[in-house]
Parts: sequence; C-alpha cells; structure tokens
Amino acid sequence: MSNVVLQVENLHTSFFTRLGEVKAVDGVSFYVREGETFGIVGESGCGKSVTGLSIMRLLPEPGGEIIEGKIILEGKNILELSKKAMRAYRGKMISMILQDPMSSLNPVYTIGDQISEAVKLHQDLPDNMVEAEVVSALRLLRIPDPEIRTKEYPFQLSGGMRQRVVGSIAMSCRPRLLIADEPTTALDATIQAQYLALFDDIQAKTNVAIIFITHDFGVVSRICDRVGVMYAGKILEAAPTRDIFKAPKHPYTKALIDSVPRLEVKDERLYSIEGQPPSMFRLPPGCRFRPRCPVAMDICGEQEPPEVKLNEDHAVSCWRVK
Amino acid sequence: MAKVLLEARNIVKHYPVTRGFLQRIVGWVRAVDGVSFSIEDGKTLSLVGESGAGKTTIAKQILLMEKLTSGNILFQGNDVYKFSSAQLKKEYRPKVQSVQQNPWSSMDPRMRVREVVGEPLSVNTKLSKKEIADNVGQLLEQVGIDAEGMNRYPHEFSGGQRQRIAVARALALHPSLLVLDEPVSALDVSIRAQIMNLLKDLQIQYNLSYIVIAHNLATVRYMSHSVAIMYLGQLVEYGESEALFEKPLHPYTRALISASQLTLPEDAKEGTKQIILSGEMPSPLNPPSGCRFHTRCTEVMDICSKEIPENKVIGTQHVKCHLYR
Repeated sequence: MSNVVLQVENLHTSFFTRLGEVKAVDGVSFYVREGETFGIVGESGCGKSVTGLSIMRLLPEPGGEIIEGKIILEGKNILELSKKAMRAYRGKMISMILQDPMSSLNPVYTIGDQISEAVKLHQDLPDNMVEAEVVSALRLLRIPDPEIRTKEYPFQLSGGMRQRVVGSIAMSCRPRLLIADEPTTALDATIQAQYLALFDDIQAKTNVAIIFITHDFGVVSRICDRVGVMYAGKILEAAPTRDIFKAPKHPYTKALIDSVPRLEVKDERLYSIEGQPPSMFRLPPGCRFRPRCPVAMDICGEQEPPEVKLNEDHAVSCWRVK
Repeated sequence: MAKVLLEARNIVKHYPVTRGFLQRIVGWVRAVDGVSFSIEDGKTLSLVGESGAGKTTIAKQILLMEKLTSGNILFQGNDVYKFSSAQLKKEYRPKVQSVQQNPWSSMDPRMRVREVVGEPLSVNTKLSKKEIADNVGQLLEQVGIDAEGMNRYPHEFSGGQRQRIAVARALALHPSLLVLDEPVSALDVSIRAQIMNLLKDLQIQYNLSYIVIAHNLATVRYMSHSVAIMYLGQLVEYGESEALFEKPLHPYTRALISASQLTLPEDAKEGTKQIILSGEMPSPLNPPSGCRFHTRCTEVMDICSKEIPENKVIGTQHVKCHLYR
C-alpha cells in the first residue's frame, strides 16, 4: 500500500465508569492514505468520535483509556510517545476540527491571536513571518479580507466563517492528518455545501490525509474516498464510497442506506431498522448487530464474525459474507 | 379538492430591536414579511429554509404564542383573532398541537410519562384519573410504546422513544393540525425512518394535517404534499411537492435541492451538477433591496436589485423570481 499516513490497528478504547467498563471502541482497524478522505459513519454512541479523540490522544481523563492497539502515524506508533512528545505532534502532525465552532474558539481573543498561537508553538518564526503564516492560513480556507479578519473576534463572524477559522487553525502548521468530527453538522445546507467544497480544495493544495467523522450519508457521498461504517464500537464494513452505496455487503450498511430518504426517489414508505443500538454496558453475544439484523442466523448469536477481506480496500465482518 | 383547514393570509411579524436603558426601538427584525399559504385536511405542508428564514416564527404565530404584526390566520374559514378567549380554548388550541425538535428538552424530567401525556387531558377535560390513565395507555400504544411505560420517567427512554411520547402527548386532545418543528433532526438515521413512518401512518388513520418545519429536503419530499421554500422571511417558491421537486423554478430552490442530493460526484448528470452559492444569508434587520436573494443568486440580472419580483403562478407552483415574467 502506498503512502499510508495513518494506520490504526486493533484499537481498543474503554471508559471506566461507576457502572462498569464501556468498550467504546472495541477493536477498530483502518488506514488513511496521503491525499485521501476516509469517512467514519455511524449513529450516536457508536464510538466514532472516541476513535478520533484516541488518535489525538485527547481522551477525557480520568476514565478514558486506550487498552490496546497501535496508532501508527508516518511509521511511528504514537501510543509510545511521551505526553510531551505527543504535544509536539498535536497541531503540527495531526489536528482536529470539532462540530461547534463557537465552543472551539475562545471568545475573548482575536482570530489572529488564536491562529498565531498554533503557529508560534510549532514553528520558530520571527513575528512578521508569523503574521504572514496567519494570513496564508486564512486564505487557504478562502476567508475574504484575511488582513481585516485577523483583528476581529469570533462573535463578529457568522457560523460558516467561524468554522472556516477553526479550519485555518487546524491547517496552520500544514499537518499530515486532519480529523474532522462532524464539522458541518451545525451549518445550514448551502453553507455546508460551501464548506465541503473547501475540503477538496485544501486537499488538492496540501495533500493532507483526512478522517471525516459524520452521521450523514449525503456528506459521505460528496467528499469521502473510502468509508468505514461503525456500529457499537466496531467497524462492520469498510469500502470505497462507491461500493458502500452501490454494493453494500453488510446488512447494517444496507439497512442504513435504505433508511435514508432520497431526494431523487419518492418512496411511499421508508425502510426502517427495527429496535435501537444496544447498550454499551450489555453488548449482545456474537455479532453486535444480530438483535436488529433481518438475516441473522444461529451462528450470529454465538460467535463474533471474523473480518473478511473481499479485496484490498473492502472488508466486512458478517457471517453471511464469505 | 379537500377542504382547507388553515390558511395564512399575508402574515407579517416584525420584532423590535431595542437599545439602551429606555429600550428605544432602533430597528425592526423582519422575521416574516408577507407570507400566504394554506393547508388542507389530512395533508402536509412543509416549510423549508435555512436558519433565520422565519420558519419557526411562523410556527409560533400559528400556535398563537405571539401576535402577528399584520395579516390573518384563518382556521376552518374563521379568523382566529376574532375568536373569544373561551372559543380559543375550546375550538382552536386543542385542535392545533405541536411537537418540538428536541425530545430531551420538551418534557419535564420530574414528571412521569403518565403525567406528561395526561397533562393536556387533565387541563382540558373533566376525565377522572382512571379514565386519563386508560387514555394515556391507548395513546402510548398507538405510537408504539408499551402502556406499562407510563409509570416511568422520560430519561428512561431513548431519543426515538421520547419523540414517540411527544407525539402521543400532541395527539391526546384529538387535534386536527400538528405543527412539527424539525421532528426528526435530533434523531439518529435509523430512528428517523421509524418516526417518519409513524407520522405518516397516524396522518392516514386520523386524517391529520401537518405543518412540518425542516431544513432537510429529502425528509420533506418523503413527508409532504405541498412545500413552501422560505428565504429571509418570504416565500420564494410554493407549490405541490411532486412538481416542485421534479421541476424547481427558483434558483434558491435549485441550490437547496443540489445541496441535499445523495449522489456520488461521478454519477451526477449534466445539469444536476452541484450548485454552490456564494456568501451567506443577509441580516433580516436590513434585507437587500429588490429580490432578497439577489446577493447570492447564480442567475442574477440588473432588475433583481431594483424591483421586488411579483408572485407568478406556473402550473401548480407559485414563484417569486424575475426569471419568470
């Protein structure tokens, strides 16, 4: 495989609560290549955000812990780094965009201050060069009048512009990997379309690898090259976006795609998946999707299905797939 | 044609902007600015638009939570502002109920489900406790919740189940119109389909009319009979759902449809290429001159910034745009 920037192997992340251990991420493996966008799709509570936070090593402490697995960034397992060494990686090699720009920006600092903080931390530059870097970061995200914007505060910007500023901070040190956790969920439809177009643009200019975490298949269809479908802590199917839409193999992927209303077709009735995702405290034995699966067999309740590789990029965990 | 249940005639709602100690009025937010539509018995009208378009303001006016600046709301042909308060309490409010977006904040966490769903009954009817409990049990079963659940608290249910409970509460007084403000947007994909199917079933069973407020056009297409597209407090396009989705007329409608299509880029046919609007929605405090959409429109002409486009009827669609004259 060429140019793999990030390789996650058998990642297990748990939270230890008063009520017991929650295996939020329960054996997840995937990789992202240079210049590629890998989508992680799933419903709330499936562990997609925890996967992102694990890669950043920003799990809430105490409570969250990476139990086992490897996170290999550019050939180096970052789980072996000291806290201090990790701090040098974060922002420089990997950065993250969160869902709500109003809570990821500091209301009392100007936009310029907040971007230059990251630049100064990771690059040894004289002041006038820092300023140039800040302006170029704003330009990368197509923010109009960047020289004026650097002196403004977050409250002076609209939601879409704020999210662009967050993107500028994330991209200011030209990281190798960008993790975007539902960055467009808080935005309106037409603003979301603008923001997604920016991602293509950034990727073309910087060749950054992107992990795009979302629950929205519309977003996936637009910008992801490959997708992993996550359910109750596991990636059940990972494949190129086209295959996920055109030839999904896992019953959950099929059901999820069928239950999304399509603009192009007028359905009389939507397909719906019965029941709800299992409690993370009491996962069912065997395959975790079995209680809701329309094609479950006896073996599904007994043993967890192994991952079957259909080809280099398409992997499925289901007893029905041989 | 079915009977018109509710009609909005040229409704306007402006909110004052005040400043200083004396609360001087320094301007007006023109949240809704001359909107007309009607809803027939047993049908669904969807109001679609981005945040700040005025969708929720319209919902508040229909639920009579606020008073209109001007315009009329007619219920079964009668002006609701001419109803006496006793009439309103008997003939309007029980008939027009609502379901809110977020099922985590629309219920009192200290009330049992029995009280949550039973409250409209204990306020509006003279039923005994026992009768109310029987009613609540039936209502819950209609929305797919076990009647035993009435003795539990809202936090014991999942988001989808809570939204079902909210629907049960709205149905308690046998309404004819439900105002559904983003009824599924807070829910997960697999749960959304369940709730949308439930709402459709209930509509047919009880001949309910719905006003659905939504920003997701795919949801809207699935749910509605007619659609009103809003931009900055005005309807830019309004008409039968099928026609509107097949042949959108207004450039804004086209952009919205393009933004919510679920197609792979390589599959996009010529002409259905993605439309990306520039800029953002202007402030309703000071809307642009002429057509309010002209600052972002992909097909803007000279006339657009000068003259307000008239309402033009093409087939079953109403459209306000200078492209059609």
